[in-house]
Parts: sequence; structure tokens; C-alpha cells
Amino acid sequence: MSKHDLLIIGAGLAGLRAAVEGVRQGLNVAVITKVHPVRSHSNAAQGGINAALTDRGDDWRDHALATIKGSDYLADQDAVEVMCREAGEAIIELENMGVIFSRDDDGKLGTRAFGGQKKARTYFVGAITGSALLHVLYEQSVKYNLHIYEEWFVTKLIKQDGKIAGAIAFDIKTGQMELITAKAVVLATGGAGRVFEPSTNALICTGDGLSLAMQVGAPVMDTEMIQYHPTTLAGNGILLSEAARGDGAYLINSEGDRFMEKYAPDYMELASRDVVSRAEQTEIDEGRGVDGCVYLDLRHLGKKFIEERLGYLQEVALEFRGIDLSESPIPIKPGMHYIMGGIKTDLDGATNIPGLYAAGECANVSVHGANRLGANSLLDTIVFGRRAAVNSVDYIKSSNSVDIDERELSKEKSRIQNILDRPKGMRSAELRNKMGSTMTKGIGVWRDKNSISEAITKMKDLRGQLPNVSIENKGKVFNTDLVSYLELEFMVDVAESICQGADMRLESRGAHFRTDMKTRNDSDWLKHTLVQFEGEELNTTTSDVTITDWQPTERVY
Amino acid sequence: MEAQIKVKRFNPENESESFYQDYSLDVAEDSTILDGLIKIREEIDGTLALRCSCRASICGSCSMKVNGSAKLVCKTRIKEVSPNGELVTVEPMGNFPVIKDLVTDMDLFWSKVKSVDPYVKTNFEPEAEHIASNESMTHLLGVMNCIMCGACVSECTALEVDPTFTGPAALAKAYRFVADPRDEEKKSRLGKLNENSGVWDCTRCLACVEVCPKDVAPMERIVKMRDLAIEEGYTNTSGFRHTESFNDSIKKHGRLDETRLALESTGLLNISGLIDLAVIGIKSLFKGKIPPPLPHKPKEADKVTSIAKRLDSQEKEE
Repeated sequence: MSKHDLLIIGAGLAGLRAAVEGVRQGLNVAVITKVHPVRSHSNAAQGGINAALTDRGDDWRDHALATIKGSDYLADQDAVEVMCREAGEAIIELENMGVIFSRDDDGKLGTRAFGGQKKARTYFVGAITGSALLHVLYEQSVKYNLHIYEEWFVTKLIKQDGKIAGAIAFDIKTGQMELITAKAVVLATGGAGRVFEPSTNALICTGDGLSLAMQVGAPVMDTEMIQYHPTTLAGNGILLSEAARGDGAYLINSEGDRFMEKYAPDYMELASRDVVSRAEQTEIDEGRGVDGCVYLDLRHLGKKFIEERLGYLQEVALEFRGIDLSESPIPIKPGMHYIMGGIKTDLDGATNIPGLYAAGECANVSVHGANRLGANSLLDTIVFGRRAAVNSVDYIKSSNSVDIDERELSKEKSRIQNILDRPKGMRSAELRNKMGSTMTKGIGVWRDKNSISEAITKMKDLRGQLPNVSIENKGKVFNTDLVSYLELEFMVDVAESICQGADMRLESRGAHFRTDMKTRNDSDWLKHTLVQFEGEELNTTTSDVTITDWQPTERVY
Repeated sequence: MEAQIKVKRFNPENESESFYQDYSLDVAEDSTILDGLIKIREEIDGTLALRCSCRASICGSCSMKVNGSAKLVCKTRIKEVSPNGELVTVEPMGNFPVIKDLVTDMDLFWSKVKSVDPYVKTNFEPEAEHIASNESMTHLLGVMNCIMCGACVSECTALEVDPTFTGPAALAKAYRFVADPRDEEKKSRLGKLNENSGVWDCTRCLACVEVCPKDVAPMERIVKMRDLAIEEGYTNTSGFRHTESFNDSIKKHGRLDETRLALESTGLLNISGLIDLAVIGIKSLFKGKIPPPLPHKPKEADKVTSIAKRLDSQEKEE
């Protein structure tokens, strides 16, 4: 049995930032991750990271207001204040760590424009910002000689005497299962995009952390808030960054019109993502699309500009569609991209379970509310990853290490063995595909009572079928068949919580647009939805949104 | 469309030898090889092991040999390598031990990356950002594009014969710091990279440049670091002597004097090196690989020397 002060689950930006901070604070830190750190999905963030730097004449309050308006007033404003105040420091720290941010003529950090904001405050590295940040944080993990359980899969969190005591995990390379004790655990497992099909998310984004937290009694909040990104490739759902529009690309319909003029005359293509996605879907539904898509048009930006600032987009367009962005517009459509909801935490990343923290996409502080602004997700990971680790220090110092009952390990081993021993049945992919299409249909860009109810019924049925899934691969070494099944178990918890949240919220707000209740209802629904396991059942409640300086007003772009 | 995929399999739990298994499956026209492999894993054979994640050529998980050469299978369409339904052979990367099927053990790869001290070293933390030109940052973008997929290492011919070579991925990573205007350890880094297993061990075969899915061009970075090392005064290497001798021979005689090249590269005062060289020399003699002892004078050698001299003076002007 290995012992640590702080165990961080996930090695993307939130996890690595938390880990580096934990080491700096003198803790015995370990990171456990199911893929090598640089394979994490933080890689996929392309466009940049937001910050209002005061020496550029920017004000964090303007960033905060844009974020709150973007969230359709569902974000907790105290949390947004924390994020926007700490953003400048976060950017400078990342630069000092070695991130090769793009520069202005004076050699200082340069910006590009991004959606939902009038001021250009997005700092970036070409169109590979997430990847550049992730690799630099990995570099820091090497510098600090971080202990990493690489390619280990966590199956369960251990709670003892009401507090977090560690986790059970197995080494994917050998199948060996172990108890890892820790005084505190930070969940930094990222998003849950694979609950939907298609999704821009990597295959590893299976909501593990949300389910692990739910299983020990933590509530998830506002999970119905699913972001559909306006520019994804049809078919496989691969993302084309908002950076394209930030740098001046147009959206056009089959008639060649820049249709955003009708929907967001002031912000045009740079309205917030929920607004742009609904506009596109309306164009497509009303017959001004082509094969279920509209077009992203970069031609007027020129080849040199595209290759220098948007090189990765050009690569994706060429490799996956054979389209040169400087020559032709590319067909795109709204696609599932991000979950604003997640494990409910306070401003310091703490959940309701002593010793359990969460940060990044799996968490909900909440800074994104009903719709996240582009380039706020990287910021979220860096600011709240650090805060979770900092704030775990006092808790860790005041608590004694617990010896976990070894029977926990044998119980978990036999649970896994029983799964492996099941008689031949269904393949997990079959069930996962059903879940993906159910969720996309039920909890889409548009949703209503019927679509949500149908998704709830189908998901209940899908959960009932889990025991019928069999594992074809019985081996111990790199058994991805087993891993996929365990991920599916996690995803079913997440999918059900999403459906429950959507069912509960009787209004339209941000990404949650109900065609049967088309308006925002502040008098009843300036509230968070909470979903929590009580025994086997999912219970639902609500909590109030924190408003500080910004009263909700009509949201027009 | 119908795809025929032949996969090199290996399961350390069941068999000691690898073997090939053929799969035939129906895939969409624009399917990638990764789509095909996932379909095999999910619908045909759940025992197949491979790494994959982003599907968008950014995570670096799915580098494998396709018809003998390393590629990211997520960005390689089946049609591209098999326009008429030909058999596609997929094998794990070369120069890596295999864990299972297409999954390789990358521990040594990562320890080599770690060996180049892969983080920016500065002696002070500025209050704001470092001031740097956009050109210097954009230049680094080329190496920052590296996703550590291992394709270059898989095809590296120097690593094939010398597993201690630092290798193209780790050296490209090293270049990212050597060329970073913010890093203050450029000289000591180059000093270390100049040692055995470092920049001079690359054979310049270009394989890494050819297979890199992100156009990082590791070999070009390695060659650049040789120049930078020489500029910093690191000249006591066989690599540097080789360069000098090569140049000298062409400029003076319009031909390459291979015997002299070997002697001068080793170093005329390097006794143990010369003894090793003598052994190689004798072996080569018996295999008929030694150049004739009396140098021939090539036709129009003076033209070669004048080209060499002109190139030399042009370089100096630059």
C-alpha cells in the first residue's frame, strides 16, 4: 500500500497545476493518470487563455462581466471574481514556466479576440495553446520530480469515517491492483464528452471523476449545461477552434450570407457559443444549410496568416477533409464539446466530502454557469487547480493518515473479477453507442419535455443492461476491453445526472434551450440544479446562485 | 468499403512469439486506420490492444508502423495507403519494446526526454513576462508542435544500432530550450548535448524528418545544434573534426580522402580510438571495403574546389 498526502487523479492542466503546487507546498504528492500526462485532453484546447492584464489597460471586472453574461447569469459571481482577478498572475506564471506565447511588436504578450468579449484578451500559442501549456506543465513535473502513476486506472474512491482516505486503482500495463492511501484527493479527470456521440472530446473523456465523486456522495451541479461548439466537423466531431472566428473568419449559409447578422448584429460571429450554435442550427433546420452543415470561411485571411496563426486548423482541414482553408470554406456544425456542470465545489475546490477536492472540467465552482466563454476553460484549470492544492495544505496538516481496511481491496478485486467472469453477452461499445445517440437526441442544442423524458427512460434501461455486458479480453496486460467497460459504468452515472438536471430546469438558459419553455425565468430559476446519489437513487435539489455586483439583465449580443 | 487490415499481435501472457492476424471489415469511405482498428477492437476482437485518444493528431498516442513506416493512424486514411483495397499492415513502432499488440513500452523514450533537462532554466523571475520577439517564439512553435508520439524514434537508423543515442525526439526537445531566448543555460546544455550519444551521433539519414506527422524536422534541429555547439567553442569532438577534415579535403583536393577523414575524425592523438580504428580498418580490408591507398585525381577537381571555396566564402558573408 502506497501512502501520500495528496493524490491527484488526472494529469491534464488542472491536475498537473495542482501537483506542482502541492510539491511547492512541501506535500508528498502523487498523480495518478490513465494515460501519459501529455496525452491528456487539455491538448485539444486550441485558441488560447483569457486574462485581463492591467498593464495593457484591461480590467478584470470587464472580463468578469463578459464571463457572467456569457454564463447567462448562472455563474457564481464570487467564483468568477476569483478567476478573473487571478488570471493575470496565472498567465505571467505560465510564461515564466516557459510557455511560448505569441508576442506583440514590442516583445510583450500578444492577444487575439475571442467569443463573447469585446476586448481582445486571449493569450495564445498558434492554434495549439492547450498542447503548449500541457507540455510546459509536464516539463515542470519533470523539474519537480513528480511521482506519477502513469497508465493507472482508478476504479473507486475510499471514504472512511466520513472522510476521503484514498483510492483503489490498477496498473493498466500489468493489471496489478493497489490501495493508495492519501489524506486528500483532487479529482482533475476532465470532461465527459463521450457520453454523447459525436463529440469533440477525446476517447478518454469519460467522466470518471464525476462518477467517482457521486459514488462517495458528492453532488454534481448544473450538468444539463452541455456546450455545443459552433464549429465542429460533421461525422467525427473534430473541433475547429473559435480562434478562426476570433481572427476574423466568417460563418456563411448555403446562400453565402453571413447569417449571424440576424442573430447577433453587434458581436456577429463572436457572440457566445450557445447563441452561435443555435443560430447555425436554425439556419440548418430552415433549409439554408448543406448536408446538415453551414460553412466556416477563412479565405479572406490569406494563406500566410492562416498558416502562422491557425496552423493546426489548416492541418485538420487538409488531413480530415482535404480542404485548404485559404481556398474553400469548410462545412461545420454545432457539436458536443464541453460540460459546464460538474462536481460542486467551493471557491477552494473543496467538495462536501472532507478531503475531496475537484478542479478543471470535472468540477463546477461555478465560473461557466450555463455557457462557457471560449478560452476560459484553460484559465479555470490553472487557477482552480492551484487553489485546490493550496487549500488542501491546512486540511492535510491537521489530519492523520488513516489505514484503509485491506478488505476494501479484496472486495474491489472480486468485483472486477466478477465482471471478467461474466458469461458471453453484449459488447460495451454497443451500449455506449446507444447511450451516445440517446443523449445527443435527448439533450441536444434544442430539448423539450418529451426529448428529456425519453432520454431518462432509455438511460434507465441502459443502466439495467450493464450487467449483460461481457469482457472478451480476460488478460491482465493492457486490457482496454475492461477499461472501456469500467468507463461505461462511469458514463452511465454522468448521463443520468445530465438528464435529471435537464428535466429539473424548467426554463431556457444558456446552453439549456427548451423549445417548450423558451425564455429565461430568473424569478424561479436563478438556481443551480444538484444531483446526488442517495443509496441507489438519484436525488435532485437546487441551490441559489451567488450574485455580487452584476444583476441579471437581458442577454443580447 | 471493404478494408483488409493485417495486425502484428503479441500477448506476453499467452505466447512468446508475435504473429500476424488478418481482419476484414466494412468501413466508411473516409475512415482512418484508427477508425478501422477501433472497429476491430469493438466489434470483431476485444483482445486487440492499442493506444488512442484524441482522434485529431494532437495527443500523440497512436503512432504505429503502417506498411513499414511510422504514422499517426488517426490522421492516416485507409484510402490513402490502400487506394484499391490492398492489404494494410499495421505493426507496433520500431525501436521500442512491445507490451502487447500495438502498445509499446515508452519508458526509455521518456527517460531520454528527461535527460535533456526539459524545462526552461532562468536565474531570475521577472515581475512580468520576459520580453521576446514574436519571431523567436514563432520559430519555437515549430518544435513545440512535437506531440511526443515517438514516430521519429521508431524510424531512427542511428538508434537501431546504438540504443544509447539520445534520439530525435529528445534532441528536438533539447533544441526547444537551446533556441529559447529566455533560457540561460544554452552553453551548458550544448556542452552536454555535444557529448557521446548526443547531437553528433545522428547519421543524418532524414528518416525522422520524413515520418514526423507534425513537421518538427528533428534532424534539422540536431544539425543546427551542432553549429551552435561549434559556435560556443565545443570543438574537441570527432564530429567537429569530421566536419573540418571533410571540408578541408574537398577544398584542397576536390575529392574526399576517406582514409584521412577517418584518421582525423578520430583524432591523431587519440591512441585508443586509433587502435579501434585500426581493427575496423583490417576488417574492412578483408571485406574489400578499403579505398585504394594512392588517391586518384578526379577530372575537373579544380571546379569542385572552386565551388567549395565559393560556398565557404558565401557562408562567411552570411
